[in-house]
Amino acid sequence: MHIIVCIKQVPDTTEVEWDEETGTMKREGVPSIVNPFDDNAIEQALRLREKHGGTVTVVTMGPPQAEAALRSALAMGADEAVLLTSPAFGGADTLATSYTLCQAIRNMGDFDMVICGRQAFDGDTGQVGPGLAEHLGIPQITYAIEVEAVDGKCHVRRLLEDGFEVVEAKLPVLITVVKQINEPRHPRLRNVLAAKKKEITVWGPEEIAVDPHRCGLQGSPTRVVRVFRPERAWQGEMLEGSMEEKIEQLVEKLRAGGVC
Amino acid sequence: MAASREAHAPATAFAFFGSQGGREALPIRIIEEKCTGCKLCIPACPYGGVDVEDKLARLNERCTFCGACISACTFDAIVADVVRKENVDASQYHGVWIIAEHRDGNLAGVTLELLGEGRKLAQQLGTDVSLALLGDNVDGLLDRAAAYGADRIYLVQDPVLATYRTAPYADVMCGLINAHKPEIVLIGATTMGRDLASRIAARIGAGLTADCTGLDINEDTGLLHQTRPAYGGTIMATILCEQARPQMATVRPKVMRKGDEEPGRKAEVHDVPVELTEKSVATRIVEVVRSSGPAVDLQEAEIIVSGGRGLRSADNFSLIEELAETLGGVVGASRATVDAEWIPAYHQVGQTGKTVQPKLYIACGISGAVQHLAGMQSSDCIVAINNDPDAPIFRAAHYGICGDLFEVVPALTRRLQQELGS
Repeated sequence: MHIIVCIKQVPDTTEVEWDEETGTMKREGVPSIVNPFDDNAIEQALRLREKHGGTVTVVTMGPPQAEAALRSALAMGADEAVLLTSPAFGGADTLATSYTLCQAIRNMGDFDMVICGRQAFDGDTGQVGPGLAEHLGIPQITYAIEVEAVDGKCHVRRLLEDGFEVVEAKLPVLITVVKQINEPRHPRLRNVLAAKKKEITVWGPEEIAVDPHRCGLQGSPTRVVRVFRPERAWQGEMLEGSMEEKIEQLVEKLRAGGVC
Repeated sequence: MAASREAHAPATAFAFFGSQGGREALPIRIIEEKCTGCKLCIPACPYGGVDVEDKLARLNERCTFCGACISACTFDAIVADVVRKENVDASQYHGVWIIAEHRDGNLAGVTLELLGEGRKLAQQLGTDVSLALLGDNVDGLLDRAAAYGADRIYLVQDPVLATYRTAPYADVMCGLINAHKPEIVLIGATTMGRDLASRIAARIGAGLTADCTGLDINEDTGLLHQTRPAYGGTIMATILCEQARPQMATVRPKVMRKGDEEPGRKAEVHDVPVELTEKSVATRIVEVVRSSGPAVDLQEAEIIVSGGRGLRSADNFSLIEELAETLGGVVGASRATVDAEWIPAYHQVGQTGKTVQPKLYIACGISGAVQHLAGMQSSDCIVAINNDPDAPIFRAAHYGICGDLFEVVPALTRRLQQELGS
């Protein structure tokens, strides 16, 4: 099997620091990691390869330093890594990103499965996976909690709001995975060191033959016009006294509020 | 049936392009050298829009450019020339559309919320609200959709649409959107909505904003201002889609308020005929298992008692269950407890769990990570019980009790049993 895993480098925090003076987010000094859901995607690809043989290619789009995310995937056991980097790709929204990834994957030859994390930790959209499947013209199965491949088909258990469903599709297919699907492996030191020496393929707009109007900022129909911190004016009350007194006050409040 | 009905085929794409005044190229083309006349595209088209004559496929007047044929062609003979955003004439797009989600003969709560929100936006724009209702045997939902605010309902019924699957739903929706050109399309940010909206947006080149918690029309520009949390709710971003149409958004359930139900309110119902075949759908649903019981009705619950890491073990969830039962509520959970497998994932409240808006939310032993707060902070009344006076949950709570949950929770349960028993 040839399995392609799309990953994203994200800041290692969801608690963004706020610069009170400028009213902007502080991005400097925040270490970067592989999007946690993408670690599950890599792990799933490796498990399928261990069972069925084949290769695992990881691909990411980002600035040159996104190479670190690819090295991390190589250390886990991925075979090949492709970095899509160019100023022309910058400022991409989910539509432009999925188009660019599609062009890169078309440049990789045949594949059986594309695996993505359910969503990125920073943007939280979950839109790139399905968008990519559409551009590739293949079925998508999102929120997978179990993936099996048999005889050119896959059986996938999808997590729903109130249960799950099992979906079957012919390969190739794009799958997005949830955290509960597996426990990503920790790479061994030996593999981390070996991954540092591996060659990473770098592609820009020419290599993957993109239409420049559909990449980066130019190819992005959405635009962020304002970023702000949610206001959470606290109007709450800490109940004081002995435990019995606190409980008595609470019951009084709930009764007054008509909730009990 | 209360609503008036008329048979209605989607306005044909040729008429649509004609009205734009002589576009040179159609957005979907057949590459004649590559087409083998294999006819795979015929069953793939939901609208009967492809014919094969003399071993060559051609699009007929029923084609809506939904794009279903493109992925069906194994010879790459059908291609789409995506309409570039600078070519889109926004003045051609009118109306607010909601894509319905339903299950077991009921419209989803988020669909009713979106009808309410859609009414607000439509009033600001001086336009109306349409609902796209796809499924099988779903006529029963028409009156309720009308009562909650739909002015027009596009009803698409077919056995292939009985259970949601990406491909047939996307094909039908792209056809409807291409034919009727709504300026705004909204759907719930649910597993179905997120799956479907991204697929549609990628196909038609629309701008899509995920998981919105605020929508508003700018008075000067008429553009939809879409506000959503990012970085797990630490920051909010407002996003615009200036040129591409429609402006699409998925909207988080339980954030918008439903409008008031107006029984007897009428909607114009358009029956949209489709020709779908099971064979042309690439995915097959083998099994669906719905968890049952009160625990999964988290989003509809009026009272939720949630447990966090402070419980220390799976067994101690019994304390939470007892309090929830006493109050007639249901059990929620923080991400940490789900990750530790103390409780199944469908109890999870928060950014990657469910957003809830009960009348009463009691958080026990939950520190209040921003992701958890994002899922419950619009609850009417929040009570926090935690032994750490600095826990962020207290900043979100209306009433805080600093103390050992192993003492406070059982004592509160006993006190409420007396109170409610009397």
